[in-house]
Amino acid sequence: MSVIVDAPKASPKAKPVWARFMRWETLLALLCVVMMVGNSLLSPYFLDFGNLSDATANFSEQAIIALAMALLIIARDIDLSVASVIAVCSLAMGLLAAQGFGTPVLMVAALALGLACGMFNGWLVTKFALPSIVVTIGTMSLFRGLADIVLGDKALTHYPPLLQAIGQNYVASWLPIPVSFAVFLILALVFAFVLHATPFGRRLYAMGNNPVAARFSGIPVNRIRFILFALTGLMSGLAAILLTGRIGSTRPNIATGWELSVITMAILGGVSISGGSGTIGGVVLAVLLLGFTQFGLSLVNVPEIVINILQGVMLIVAIGVPLLLQRLRGRR
Amino acid sequence: MFSRRHLLQVGGAAALVSSTSLPSLAAGKELRIALVVKALGIGFFDACHEGGEQAAKQLGNVKVIYTGPTKTTAEEQIAVIESLIAQKVDAMAISANDTNALVPVCKKAMARGIKVISFDSGIAPAGRILQINPSNNTLIGAKCVQMIAKTLNYQGEIAILSATAQATNQNIWIGKMKEELKKPAYAKMKLVATVYGDDVADKSYREMQGLIKAHPNLKGVIAPTTVGIVAAAKAVVDAKLTGKIFVSGLGLPSEMKAAVASGATDTFAIWNPIDLGYTAIMVAAQIAEGKTTGKPGSVLHCGRMGDLKVTPNATVAMANPYTFDKSNIDKFAKIF
Repeated sequence: MSVIVDAPKASPKAKPVWARFMRWETLLALLCVVMMVGNSLLSPYFLDFGNLSDATANFSEQAIIALAMALLIIARDIDLSVASVIAVCSLAMGLLAAQGFGTPVLMVAALALGLACGMFNGWLVTKFALPSIVVTIGTMSLFRGLADIVLGDKALTHYPPLLQAIGQNYVASWLPIPVSFAVFLILALVFAFVLHATPFGRRLYAMGNNPVAARFSGIPVNRIRFILFALTGLMSGLAAILLTGRIGSTRPNIATGWELSVITMAILGGVSISGGSGTIGGVVLAVLLLGFTQFGLSLVNVPEIVINILQGVMLIVAIGVPLLLQRLRGRR
Repeated sequence: MFSRRHLLQVGGAAALVSSTSLPSLAAGKELRIALVVKALGIGFFDACHEGGEQAAKQLGNVKVIYTGPTKTTAEEQIAVIESLIAQKVDAMAISANDTNALVPVCKKAMARGIKVISFDSGIAPAGRILQINPSNNTLIGAKCVQMIAKTLNYQGEIAILSATAQATNQNIWIGKMKEELKKPAYAKMKLVATVYGDDVADKSYREMQGLIKAHPNLKGVIAPTTVGIVAAAKAVVDAKLTGKIFVSGLGLPSEMKAAVASGATDTFAIWNPIDLGYTAIMVAAQIAEGKTTGKPGSVLHCGRMGDLKVTPNATVAMANPYTFDKSNIDKFAKIF
């Protein structure tokens, strides 16, 4: 077993990669500072604890999924079905709530169904050796289609007060931040620990850098991939609980387009789309950068389409700059 | 280099934005009212915005913030509303992407003193003070009869081409049309048939052909459906009966341009989005200024739209549907 743990360390590339990542996070942190200062100058309403705290509710659900997505992308996989999993989980909660079940049952059901959807993805990917992008494009339509068929143009809107409180309330009166943001922060710590301080985390980097070598060094590659898909599904189920509670309504188009926002958070956070590198710290910074940029610009009523363009540019730069640097370094 | 480029972008956006938004902060007692639509870039809502600006100009102390999400989803619209709450706007008039999903965020807005009303597509009662409907069933039914009666000079056989036989709103309107037809002014007019085109273009077309064959003395057809009216007008043109049979009802100007040009349709109606946006801002401004609570029973003064009374279930019916004919269709066909 010690061979496996040591494998990534033995790689000669390990040090420069790590060094580069320190710089990426520094850059993100600087951008965050620039963004905070810029937004404060733009609008007198930005630098207000209550407003900033409330704004986190708009992106925390996506951010929770981004944590799991980061691990998945580091290990060279991707899951495009996350938003559709939210739709299915929210649908299940709505149907159960209509039958009179209480909040605990709804929460367990959403988590279990999310987990099951993730396991289904993982099973297809590992059992049949299919590319994850293809499988999850398929399940994206499949899960969303289920919600479409069951709901049609109707909506499920009767949810118990406790569930709505979880989605809409603060943690406590002395800690006025949304429950979803607190959940995100706690999970970020857990994910950071798992990724950066356990053998499991190091195996992900090994798999991302060289899956074949990882398999030959005894890493149970497929089992780990299965676990990562299941984990992503579970996080989508959790996001479904928070989102459904927040808006108190389930329609088939719930969370449409979220998969791309989630992936953007991970990539901008420095997770390499070709796998093998990225940190949770970077993802957290990217979440804050994207979320507060959006909030700040919408405070001065910049049309969302312009904000989307800005975010798109940020993403292209995030992917392009490291590649350019690498190429320049190679030439030298 | 990377960070500098980004800085430039943010700076550029800042310059662009501050030039438009800062004047509003300078003025003292100005009311900031947000017109929140289902999504930006929709002609109908751009027309609502135009009406809102007309109201603002007339009132003098109102600044309209026209905003909405990119996609017609509740989640994005909620994010927009959150940012308006943070900006402490005075009032919001919202066309909702989801009746229920907007209730929590709108409740929060109202708890912080922001006056929330909905227009066009309503929010559930718990999430708004009142809902402005573009019209009401009685007005729509009466308008349909009045238009065709005027074209036919109050005499001759007419028929109705509806959507599906189960369509709730269609059946209510047909009921109201029959009530209107009982008035003495229409004594020389006779309703000979009601047929159903199911809001499918070719079925509506065939039903219209059937009407023409079965009733040789037919003079006019009322189609209170945007699909049916287009199909019926086309059937009249194809049968070379323009000038002998007239089609009226509810339609969209952009789709009805050809029918009006050919003469198959003299007049038709639909709610006017410019008036709707005008009324929404008028109502929101009054409530924000505390001139009225907007509670059921109160009367709202809406400038050129007249006085509107809030019904017991907290809705307001704006006006008669707006009539379109040769004189104005070109202008509105560009809008919606």
